[in-house]
Amino acid sequence: MALSYPDDCRYANSHEYVRPEGERLRVGITAFAVDQLGDIVFVELPEVGATITAGSSFGSVESVKAVEDLNAPVSGVVAARNEAVLASPEELQNDPYGEGWLLMVTPSDPSEADGLMDAPTYRSKVEGA
Amino acid sequence: MSAPFLDRHLGPSVHEREAMLAELGLASLEDLAAAVIPADILLPPGAAAEGLPEACSEADALAELASIAADNAVRRSLIGLGYHGTATPALIQRHVLENPCWYTAYTPYQAEIAQGRLEALLNFQTLVSELTGLPIANASLLDEGTAAAEAMAMALAVSRRQGARRFLVDRAVLPQTLAVLQTRAEPLEITLELVDPEALSGASLPADAFGLLLQLPGCDGRLWNPEPLLTAARSAGLISTVAIDPLAQVLLAPVGNLGADIAVGSLQRYGVPMGFGGPHAAFFATRDAYRRQIPGRLVGQSRDAEGNPALRLALQTREQHIRRDKATSNICTAQVLLAVMASFYAVHHGPEGLEAIAGRVLALRRALAAGLASLGLSCDGTAGFDTLVLRHHRAADLVARAEAAGFNLRAGVRGEGADEALAISLDELSTSSELETLLAALGDNPAAAAQAAAAMADSLASEGSDADAARAELSAAGLPVRRRAWLDQPVFHAYRCESELLRYIQRLVSRDLSLVHGMIPLGSCTMKLNAAAELAPVSWPGFAHLHPFAPHDQSAGYRRLVADLEGWLAAITGFAGVSLQPNAGSQGEYAGLMVIRAWHQSRGENHRRICLIPTSAHGTNPASAVMAGMQVVAVACDDQGNIDLADLEAKATTHAADLAALMVTYPSTHGVFETGIRRICEVVHHHGGQVYLDGANLNAQVGLCKPGLYGADVCHLNLHKTFCIPHGGGGPGVGPIGVAAHLLPFLPSHPLASLGSSSAIGPVSAAPWGSAGILPISWMYIRMMGGAGLRTASQVALLAANLIAERLHPHFPVLYRGAGGRVAHECILDLRPLKRSCGLEVDDLAKRLMDYGFHAPTVSWPVAGTVMVEPTESEALAELNRFCNAMVAIRAEAAAIENGSADPLNNPLKRAPHTLAAVTADGWDRPYSRQQAAFPAGAVQQGSKVWPAVARIDNAYGDRNLVCTCPSVEELAVRLDSTTLSPTPVAA
Repeated sequence: MALSYPDDCRYANSHEYVRPEGERLRVGITAFAVDQLGDIVFVELPEVGATITAGSSFGSVESVKAVEDLNAPVSGVVAARNEAVLASPEELQNDPYGEGWLLMVTPSDPSEADGLMDAPTYRSKVEGA
Repeated sequence: MSAPFLDRHLGPSVHEREAMLAELGLASLEDLAAAVIPADILLPPGAAAEGLPEACSEADALAELASIAADNAVRRSLIGLGYHGTATPALIQRHVLENPCWYTAYTPYQAEIAQGRLEALLNFQTLVSELTGLPIANASLLDEGTAAAEAMAMALAVSRRQGARRFLVDRAVLPQTLAVLQTRAEPLEITLELVDPEALSGASLPADAFGLLLQLPGCDGRLWNPEPLLTAARSAGLISTVAIDPLAQVLLAPVGNLGADIAVGSLQRYGVPMGFGGPHAAFFATRDAYRRQIPGRLVGQSRDAEGNPALRLALQTREQHIRRDKATSNICTAQVLLAVMASFYAVHHGPEGLEAIAGRVLALRRALAAGLASLGLSCDGTAGFDTLVLRHHRAADLVARAEAAGFNLRAGVRGEGADEALAISLDELSTSSELETLLAALGDNPAAAAQAAAAMADSLASEGSDADAARAELSAAGLPVRRRAWLDQPVFHAYRCESELLRYIQRLVSRDLSLVHGMIPLGSCTMKLNAAAELAPVSWPGFAHLHPFAPHDQSAGYRRLVADLEGWLAAITGFAGVSLQPNAGSQGEYAGLMVIRAWHQSRGENHRRICLIPTSAHGTNPASAVMAGMQVVAVACDDQGNIDLADLEAKATTHAADLAALMVTYPSTHGVFETGIRRICEVVHHHGGQVYLDGANLNAQVGLCKPGLYGADVCHLNLHKTFCIPHGGGGPGVGPIGVAAHLLPFLPSHPLASLGSSSAIGPVSAAPWGSAGILPISWMYIRMMGGAGLRTASQVALLAANLIAERLHPHFPVLYRGAGGRVAHECILDLRPLKRSCGLEVDDLAKRLMDYGFHAPTVSWPVAGTVMVEPTESEALAELNRFCNAMVAIRAEAAAIENGSADPLNNPLKRAPHTLAAVTADGWDRPYSRQQAAFPAGAVQQGSKVWPAVARIDNAYGDRNLVCTCPSVEELAVRLDSTTLSPTPVAA
């Protein structure tokens, strides 16, 4: 199965993506990460208003066989979180770049996302391995 | 003289062994051992057998052990302290405890062939949840002391009081629980503070406390209403735990309803013999909010591929094998066999029966108090359940008089000495006539005794001895009693007559696969023979009915058994001494690391906290290291799965100043004897560290090489793997540690036994010798095999594994081999090429093996996408052939997918396992035949078919929709009305 990596997103080494939407960034995990995890059963996210710090854990995602920290791709403040994913973690599995988004973040430094990988770079990193 | 036991323990006969050796191109078992084991550690037969007995027959060993059991004096122990007399229903003794269908089963990871014990465990969880009023109960823990310690660790993890490190402990806590808490608290930098909880209020709760542990009733038997304190603790943000007595709790309001966050305790008195301290099933229940933090195994309901309800272990990502050094607990095993016994005890009695037992205990306590008062012996008048405390200057004399009459009373209570106070704890076995005997012993003359008996009879007659009277008495004392109906799930009501209960037990048995059906080739689990002669003595009264704190001179037999076993295990491992206290492998790891820590501390090197662990290690290793206050540093492995010596040297050098230990599994988790083991030990020692050897794979070494001789300082042994204690369907285990001479002074102590030196670490288990009651199994094994026989057994284990590797390598590549081209006692088969060629997952093979009548090998550990096979020495060549044939046949089924003749999704592998219902249904729309589905091995299966009880289980569904208790009558009614859910109750 071919996994997708939308060009309008930027990607972190730890398999999170950010998609700029106006002043904010939509944050989720990539299709590659979802595929590696298998059946996702639980997602833990910070409250709205919480501060997240680039490179630090902001939550976790559990499948039936693994549990992984979610690492913040950028620093900022949580403006919204996807309550639907918390209630039905399968949303994340079915549509990681759409209905399965995790957070909307107001970045503390709007240029920070530029330091992340673009889609071709990320694709070659995960598929070239 | 009767035939040697060795020939019965070994699977392959002498002739079969010769044929197997010939197939491998080897001349003898000694040649094989020399090809597998590095020459610099392999011992000659004489040196290997030193310190071990000669072999003997089954009959002779039984006779010798009977004389040891006879040295134990079985008295009526009214000591209490968490261990009580109980009447194991004969049905449960015969059809559960002594039934190999239950005791030889493995942990229920392969849930489709474990529905029986999963249902019994769901009943256990339901029982605990109903007792405690807390919705999430696990499938048992090791003992009450460690359950309380797990509660402390969980409270620390979930408490919202940032930085708080103080844990408040009820002064009336059981002394062994306190000691275990002290052991566990120190490396976690938790401060324990003993408190008088009745004097505490919201205002007096310290700001730096994160949790609180109450014991109800206390060790002095006292009951009081904890509700105000629990409420205050909750509003102050403290996590509160109550250690309860499950029989008292039958009458009392569930502590969960009173505000407790966690409840722990032991269900020993639900029909599980005392066994000199264990094994028993402890329990742990908590609020729904902490479902992802609860330690231990949790059974949950899900659904199978056909949409039927099915049970399996839930939320496994909580566990140490996944979380590794981020885990808050290293607990792996449960006490399944004992939990199953306790659950059937509750099924047998039902709520009315349990209430009747509890009511009688309370009435007898009241009556005994009246009888004692008549003798001029006044007990303190506090409310209680089963225990009376007598403060009297002649206490010691009274205890001695009782002992002479066959009763063990508790001398000394809660800080008051043996000459100041005594306690009497009544139990299910107590009767008024027995108490008359006791009163006669305590009274000064027959007339006084008769008067006391009359006072007792008056009390029983006037106030009644049923549950209503008991509740009235407790309520009058200001205690919250249980008002609402409980345990109303159908399973606790449907089996009052023995015919029906016998059939229910048998129905559950028929859903499980165990060693009675065939080999269970689980890598690293050593599912060898659990011989009947080894198991039988466990039920002997001389072993089963001793209280762990009975007077010293009554347990001479146990002391001899322990001394024999410690000596033999020390001889086998090449160590100076052994502690039998750890009651699971994980506890052995913890104990071993704590001993190492104490040794460093004794040398003024408390800063040595770095623990090196190879990336291939089992997840328990890093979890144990963190619990022992160590920091884990991973060591890389090379392509062959061996420890990367260069990386080890680099890490050891970098951390030389702070190096505490290396944890190494040998032979490695990859099933290989690494040739560099001596060098590995030298590197660690050179940099000031100690070598902890994980003995999970000791079955490849016994009688061939000794960890203590090639450089290890500590090693744990799994008596439930290598030394024939059965897996019990997921416990009990026994995980002793052996240590080198310099570590001897640090072996664990116990507050209620003369055990350990002044430098000893505290206890790691509640009982002094852990699960003492099952030590006779390993004693029998070693005694019957003798030193030479143990060597042969290890060699045959190597032989069987190498035969399987040789046979299956053409079909599934063997991933790792040792320097001589051989594997050790297990081998890893690589299935990853099949994922690429035809989409086959490891689980597909595991489930398909069920259709062939096998339990899968270990799946995806230690390498994802592989299986690890360990046949053990106990499987006959015919059984090894049957397994190899099944694996080869499955490879052919995969080939059919590869070459396009089978559908990639709708094929017998992807749709395995196949239930009787599926293959006998009126409709069959699959592109393969029903014969191929259910009888893939052909005619040989016709007479021995094992049917998986359910089809492939959907694990994700169950983890997303957690259900971990039986449905109540109301829930069943709703379900029957619903069109979306199956009307079949899982546990009806």
